[in-house]
Amino acid sequence: MEIKHTALAGTLESSDIQFTLSKGTGVEINLDSQVEKQFGNQIRKVITDLLADYGIENVNVRAVDKGALDCTIKARLIAAIQRATDTQNQPNWEVLG
Amino acid sequence: MERLRRTMMFVPGNNPAMIKDAGIYGADSIMFDLEDSVSLTEKDTARMMVFEALQNVDYGNSELVVRINGLDTEMGRADIFAMVKAGVQVIRLPKTETPDDVVETEKVIAEAEKFFGIENGRTHMMAAIESAGGVLNAPAIAKASDRLIGIALGAEDYVTMMKTRRYPDGAELSFARNMILHGARAAGIAAFDTVYSDVDNTEGFNHEVEIIHELGFDGKSVINPRQIPLVNAIYAPTDKEIRNAKDVLHAIEEAHKKGSGVISLRGKMVDKPVVARAERTMALAKASHLVDEEGNIYAK
Repeated sequence: MEIKHTALAGTLESSDIQFTLSKGTGVEINLDSQVEKQFGNQIRKVITDLLADYGIENVNVRAVDKGALDCTIKARLIAAIQRATDTQNQPNWEVLG
Repeated sequence: MERLRRTMMFVPGNNPAMIKDAGIYGADSIMFDLEDSVSLTEKDTARMMVFEALQNVDYGNSELVVRINGLDTEMGRADIFAMVKAGVQVIRLPKTETPDDVVETEKVIAEAEKFFGIENGRTHMMAAIESAGGVLNAPAIAKASDRLIGIALGAEDYVTMMKTRRYPDGAELSFARNMILHGARAAGIAAFDTVYSDVDNTEGFNHEVEIIHELGFDGKSVINPRQIPLVNAIYAPTDKEIRNAKDVLHAIEEAHKKGSGVISLRGKMVDKPVVARAERTMALAKASHLVDEEGNIYAK
């Protein structure tokens, strides 16, 4: 799946995470998190696993985490992917299943 | 025994902090909102927030409800498919005008259940009534689907349409409340009252809860966790009511043991409605932590 254009999802409120996805070469993740030391690797794993599920191989990911749960990270990244691929109202049930 | 639904707490679907904490306040039902509390530009991400939360966050015994966007919007269909897939217990229709609104939504829910290989009928529904037409159709709306567990009054749009506003005595809602209550009871489903927006006005809130409790509503929609214990306190039975309910249930048990059909307690006949009230009183007492599992009142 190809990123069509830059897209953003999520907020900078407590317990949230904000993703900005843009076109790139390979997968590059730039994570800014207050809990980087303890949960940085876990957050990166959630992101890379989900990108792989969607078959996205070329993307720049900017993530600003404010203490989001894994399910919030997934939800915001899914929303950002749907926005970046213009599929907001056509969820990919094969991935979400 | 019918489920208690004293409080239905509204949680905006695009607020991760509130979604994360929604289970800790003891609401009987939690209603995640994808409709009015979410701006048009955030509908898609709110849908995914609630979709993920429903599958990953433990909300204990609370009943989980999602208010979707109407099928007359481009979001409605995707909302239904996502919530059915996530396993929500109840889908709440906004702004229900006619029985057909319920039937049309039910068709899409059934389609989603079939698509995902989910048992037909697993997803329940409730309908919010927020207009003069909806109020007049309340009895027919309440009977429009076997999936319906209740109907609810949404007062803000309703009072605007009626060219009035909310008043402390609730006279402006009297007709709508009674229509919805009678519609629900005739169909054998639950009736929920509207929200009370002035969170800091405890006196006004309590007054409104007393009115709807007396009328017979199952419960009230709440917009702040602080309102939950206030509702529960008004719905909690008194010690005298609990003792009487225990006596009724004891009398009926003894009568059954003896094979007796007619039962009386302190000279009054105990019939089916009296037993039903006693069972509800004991359920409320247990939910209010006033009695132990055997129904004994805790010492105070």
